[in-house]
Amino acid sequence: MTIPEHQVRPDVEDRPEGDFALVQTALAPNGGAASGAGAVAEGGEVQVLASGWRLALRSFLENRLAVVGVVVVVLMVLFCFVGPLFYHGNYLVANPIFANQAPGAGHPLGTDPNGFDVLAQIMHGGQASLEVGFFAAVIATVIGTIWGAMAGLAGGIVDGIMMRFVDVLLSIPFLFVVLILAQKYGASIVDMSIVLGVFSWLVPSRLVRGEVLTLRVRDFVSAANVMGASRARVAFRHLIPNALSVVIVNVTFQVADAILALAFLGFLGFGLQYPHIDWGDMLSGAETALQNGYWWQVYPVGAALVIVVMAINFIGDALRDAMDVRLRRR
Amino acid sequence: MPPVLEVSHLSTHIQLTKTVVQAVGDVSFHLDAGETLGLVGESGCGKSMTGLSIMGLLPNGGHVVGGSIKLEGRELVGMPGAELRSIRGNDVAMIFQDSASSLNPTKTVGDQVAEPVMLHRGAGRKEAHDRAVEVLTLVGIPRPKERLGDYPHQLSGGLRQRVMIAIALSCDPKVLIADEPTTALDVTIQAQILALLDDLKTQLGMSVLLVTHDMGVVAGRADRVNVMYAGRVVETAATDELFHSMHHPYTQGLLASIPRLDQDNRRRLYSIPGAPPDLTSPPPGCRYAPRCPYADEKCQAEEPTLVEGGPDFTRNGAGGSAPGHAFACWHPVAGPVVLEAGEDQGGSEGPGQGDALLEVDHVVKEFPVTAGAILQRKVGAVKAVSGVSVRVGRGEIYGLVGESGCGKTTLGKVIVGLETPSAGKVRLLGRDVFAARGRELRKARRDLQMMFQDPYSSLDPRMRVGSILREPLAIQGVGTRQEQDRIIADMLREVGLPANATERYPHEFSGGQRQRIGLARALTLEPKVVVADEPVSALDVSIRSQVLNLMRRLQRAHGQSYVVISHDLAVVKYLSDRIGVMYLGKLVEEGSGDDIYHRAAHPYTAALIDTIPLPDPGKERAKTEVGIRGELPSPINPPSGCRFRTRCPRAEQRCADEEPQLAAFGAGHVAACHFPLQEPLEVASAGRGASGHAGSS
Repeated sequence: MTIPEHQVRPDVEDRPEGDFALVQTALAPNGGAASGAGAVAEGGEVQVLASGWRLALRSFLENRLAVVGVVVVVLMVLFCFVGPLFYHGNYLVANPIFANQAPGAGHPLGTDPNGFDVLAQIMHGGQASLEVGFFAAVIATVIGTIWGAMAGLAGGIVDGIMMRFVDVLLSIPFLFVVLILAQKYGASIVDMSIVLGVFSWLVPSRLVRGEVLTLRVRDFVSAANVMGASRARVAFRHLIPNALSVVIVNVTFQVADAILALAFLGFLGFGLQYPHIDWGDMLSGAETALQNGYWWQVYPVGAALVIVVMAINFIGDALRDAMDVRLRRR
Repeated sequence: MPPVLEVSHLSTHIQLTKTVVQAVGDVSFHLDAGETLGLVGESGCGKSMTGLSIMGLLPNGGHVVGGSIKLEGRELVGMPGAELRSIRGNDVAMIFQDSASSLNPTKTVGDQVAEPVMLHRGAGRKEAHDRAVEVLTLVGIPRPKERLGDYPHQLSGGLRQRVMIAIALSCDPKVLIADEPTTALDVTIQAQILALLDDLKTQLGMSVLLVTHDMGVVAGRADRVNVMYAGRVVETAATDELFHSMHHPYTQGLLASIPRLDQDNRRRLYSIPGAPPDLTSPPPGCRYAPRCPYADEKCQAEEPTLVEGGPDFTRNGAGGSAPGHAFACWHPVAGPVVLEAGEDQGGSEGPGQGDALLEVDHVVKEFPVTAGAILQRKVGAVKAVSGVSVRVGRGEIYGLVGESGCGKTTLGKVIVGLETPSAGKVRLLGRDVFAARGRELRKARRDLQMMFQDPYSSLDPRMRVGSILREPLAIQGVGTRQEQDRIIADMLREVGLPANATERYPHEFSGGQRQRIGLARALTLEPKVVVADEPVSALDVSIRSQVLNLMRRLQRAHGQSYVVISHDLAVVKYLSDRIGVMYLGKLVEEGSGDDIYHRAAHPYTAALIDTIPLPDPGKERAKTEVGIRGELPSPINPPSGCRFRTRCPRAEQRCADEEPQLAAFGAGHVAACHFPLQEPLEVASAGRGASGHAGSS
């Protein structure tokens, strides 16, 4: 009788012959599942379950909002990066003749006061927003993870100094500093990503430190210490892989935050500089546009911004639920 | 007289995402007025779910799918929420296991006890608080008036559990459901709480449904016992009848696999093979059949029903079982397993003679208590271990017992170098192990390995078992990859796990299997000493005996020395050659298992033995003393002189003034007490000449 390994649920299904004989001896009054070959299955077979990551993926996919979030983000990426290949609207050359045209033939979403095509602007602005969001999040996460893991691992006075430094930076108004820096250095997408990333690693560093502190006292870390493991080994083999789920969740929220921050800077006029364009720039004239009834200059881009940020937050929420073993349902 | 509570054919299911757990299936029982009914079984057998079904407090996805629950003739199943709420906490009350998380940390004790009175009795605040004082007095809380304004965190675990009971009692319930009321408590406190529950039951005439996994707890307290397995009641009988002439093989196996204090520890423990079934797809026939030694085709195919006298009348109708004794088995057994004498497992040949392998020399460990967020002034110290000396011989198993907070785990951590001692030394073969640094230290660690208590946190969840077992070898640079593979395969075979385990992650294993992996990891480096910290306390009874047998077999096979740390004297006595009893950071008594059990000299040891609930109704009822009164004093300010004097019945002025030294009571048997229960051999020559006696034994 052969049963495919992954189907064997020893408790439920009938046992192979050899095993059954063992059961008989094991229950003799002296309980003699003695030694030797008979002991092979003494501890029972292993239930083959999905791996932790696969369980997380399953839990993620069961979350409707998360799936909607992923679909929206994918569509938005396609729209911003592939869209311009098929739709060639004018977003570079100012043309006052076509200024403030309502949606219609040639300009599906109308034009802005400079005569730029709004649909093309949304596409190109979206590229900048998504790129800046992604890069800034990566920069913030890498710095934050390293800083937080170092502080958590070092402990004691080093941890104290490193975290007080974070406290000091957190008490400086983020946007105020970024406004100044963005004006000076924030001309290109890379520059803007660095400016935003360098100022948003503080929250991830605190998260990672907290996670490392709780992991550090877990028994499996003690076990590694008893074996004589070096600090580096403990950090790279045990602490960081286990803290990874927190980091991944945080990345998504960082992306959303960075997109919003960029929009905010753009709205105030401190965003990317011509020829780059971002969604914030497009909204900078929103007040006048609405007063004049040029709704197409405000609502489509506003909607794009809200939808992308919301979709990313959905993904983040679902990831957090999926990674959190305590919340995971079987 | 009709029963107070009647449960018939109750089935409760829990809906998971894709599957349904059939947590409780066709359970019927009744609870008479003034009766205590025990509901025993291992974790996951549905005993708690039965209790929660009665209370209408099932977790998300849980619902009663069939049967009825009648409280004094009123049907509870399907009762509208408002009506059920007026019964819950009023007519039926419940005590939960974990008092720390069951009490609201932001409300005072007085408010919490008064709350049900105001809700159900419509009492005013003043009236309700008067009632609170009344019930707090009833449950034996000292100075209840002053306690009213306290918050739960200001009380000890034992007092919190008393508060929980007070809340449950505040409305004079007819039925009290106690769900593992003492599992989170120390044995000494457990005995006090159980005695209290018993007392209250007779005083107030309540009926109690006592849900527990511990056969010892029901033995002395329950009138009748229901044994549950995999969602079914498999046997029900009066307590004495059940313990002395059970008919279901599961009851038999469960009882036999509990290590006993009076057991010859050279013999293997009886153990039930395998693990309980997955209740999302229970086996078709008898649910115990896959683990049962008597099972045949009929058991696999047809499920026996719970019938008085057994389901198969033609064969065992005249089996002589008492009225009210029902069981669900096609092939009933007659009474407990007869333990035949003389079958040992290799025997202990008096190991550790003469040469001490591990020496723990006057070890002190204190943890500073600091105040102030920035300056962190040192305001005191938790004196976890205060000058303990232990010698462990080659191939010897040394057991350390004591209540939680006695410093036994800290001592274990000092031995393996997870904590540095504040004073004193740990020597292995005469060398101070942790004096070394760097590479030397890493090599030294190889000889001292540890097995951890919690099988869920001791294995890295993101590593495959193969990598987990390879890690110690990789760190210590043992062998090539092929050699490591071979060692890992050997190790897995030795601990009884299949070879394909290397590819799996820890969460795919059961608790018992994880402890096997933990043991394998501790043994891969072939250490000289293994410290096992509560190796089986997180496991179910039937799994516990499997792991204990395994530990003992491997120790015999490899000849390592073990230090076994446990709060459970029976476990320690089963495994150990010599036992040390710790109390509040001090070693109070040391001797062989028989010395400790039969000839205890220290009053604490004697009381500890008395408080352990025995799975024997006769002995358990014969106990009149509660054992130890009061609770463990704070280790920040331990009592002067003898630290046990605050709880000791024999204490006199001398105990407060002068600290007793260890004195010899026999070969290798020492105790530190001014007024011991046995005659000492000679007047104490102080210090630790005592262990030298072990060598000459």
